[in-house]
Amino acid sequence: MPLNLTALIVFIVLFVFVTWLGFIAARWRAGDLDLLHEWGLGGRRFGTMVAWFLIGGDLYTAYTFIAVPALVFGAGALGFFAVPYTIMIYPILYIIFPRLWSVAHKHGFVTSADFVRGRFGNRWLALAVAFTGILATMPYIALQLVGIEVVIGAMGVETNGLIGDLPLIIAFVILAAFTYTSGLRAPAMIAVVKDLLIYLTVLAAVIAVPMKLGGYGHVFSAIPPEKLLLKSPVDGTTGTYSAYATLALGSAFALFLYPHSITGILSSSSARVVRRNAAILPAYSLLLGLLALMGFMAIAIGVAKMPEFKPGFDEFKANFSVPALFMAMFPSWFVGVAFSAIAIGALVPAAIMSIATANTCTRNIYREFIHPACSPAEESQVAKIVSLVIKAGALAFIFFLPLQYALWLQLLGGVWIIQTAPSVMLGLYTRFLNGWALFLGWLCGFGLGTWLVIINNWAPVYPLQLPGLTFPCYIALIAVAANLVVSIVLSPLFNTIGSGQPRDITAAVDYY
Amino acid sequence: MSGKQDDHKPMRPVIWARLLLLLPFIAMLWVSTYNTLEPEWAGIPFFYWYQLLWVILSAGIVAFIYLVER
Repeated sequence: MPLNLTALIVFIVLFVFVTWLGFIAARWRAGDLDLLHEWGLGGRRFGTMVAWFLIGGDLYTAYTFIAVPALVFGAGALGFFAVPYTIMIYPILYIIFPRLWSVAHKHGFVTSADFVRGRFGNRWLALAVAFTGILATMPYIALQLVGIEVVIGAMGVETNGLIGDLPLIIAFVILAAFTYTSGLRAPAMIAVVKDLLIYLTVLAAVIAVPMKLGGYGHVFSAIPPEKLLLKSPVDGTTGTYSAYATLALGSAFALFLYPHSITGILSSSSARVVRRNAAILPAYSLLLGLLALMGFMAIAIGVAKMPEFKPGFDEFKANFSVPALFMAMFPSWFVGVAFSAIAIGALVPAAIMSIATANTCTRNIYREFIHPACSPAEESQVAKIVSLVIKAGALAFIFFLPLQYALWLQLLGGVWIIQTAPSVMLGLYTRFLNGWALFLGWLCGFGLGTWLVIINNWAPVYPLQLPGLTFPCYIALIAVAANLVVSIVLSPLFNTIGSGQPRDITAAVDYY
Repeated sequence: MSGKQDDHKPMRPVIWARLLLLLPFIAMLWVSTYNTLEPEWAGIPFFYWYQLLWVILSAGIVAFIYLVER
């Protein structure tokens, strides 16, 4: 691909600007960064607007912005499941997670595993929750790099070989440095820039592309009919309908269990801020829906057949569809703006994910199992170092392993993280469940889910055989159902034999 | 933006209002009701604009419940 100098200059200028923001963020609403909740939760001080930018920038990652339209570009209507998915997350956020905020605020919990430890008094269950969170987040961080790589490649910068790895290394060193010095304040500040750029880009695209093609009617009439709708199921199976619905539902229940989502929620200044955000965050879902349609716009414009984009599609496959669309539609300087939106959009979640993982490693492994007597300053210092190690790990992941592994692991990540739902979500409502029963439930769900994904050839939807009916279902939901049954059935058993005395340090009044 | 005193007052759950939150789940999980091309709106097939409309509707429902419970 030829070097797109104008785009590259705009890109670099914006990138330098957010780097500067990332470093000065340390002084924003300054707090003592030697305390874990100051470094890792921004002091729990973010009001409605900042939380909106932060959580929005956190959940709707650069990878989402590349991969969702790519899925629509390749698979058509099925890729649109991201929309019902992001519709259903907000009732869940409104009802369940303010309770987590309030109990965490009262007891100084920084992670979901902290809560589980306090609620069920079982450090091994807390370890399971912590371990699941770390494992599910690592490939997710790695995938953020893919977003950066695609746009850098699209601007004509070499992305292969040692030299090709350099831009990614630079981006990640910058990311690591400002995360280390500023903690969660850095991504919070950068998220504002990122989100404004993304809104600008998407609005420009949803207006300009249909104008060029003569209206949305022309966009959709260019799409092969079999891609426009889900295939109607035949007799004896619920077909793509149940696949579509369960993918959306399972993903929705998994989303807020990820450590980076919980970090975003807990950094809010009150439970009401979380509730208000459940009403205003859907603006991003609308954005995502419009972005998904860009997969179709890319088909309608015919980017896949344009010779100048052939090397890009050869290298990045369908992930190249949105960058190609931007380059076909916009002047170079705006391509630079759009691409920096995507790349900066990768930095924000990558920073929050590494902070969330670092919080978890420090609180739930280092302080719980290695050095219980550590001082608050030491705790914060360990978290900063762990955040560096995690980013180095993600970088190594992308350089030394095939991308396919990251995609597989991210698929497994969703199946794994939902296994913490009984402990975290039900735990917010009842202490009837027993820590050891939940642990065994987690083990069953984790094992069953992993096994189903593998025997299903790494496809997320498994054809469940019910009497007289085939019900294709997202594996995460099957596995968490097994987990729930085990947890609920074994709880009274463990409670009566008394192996888990209720050691709940929280009280009913802490949940609101 | 933060530190407002009543921001820390617990909210009182209003059950009838919260039941409205089931609507987006029912609408979105019942895929066969919206997997059609017609009626189109501004050239956009029903499947797409209907789901995008629900983004706005469900945000409205959440906002409504917040106002009721506040």
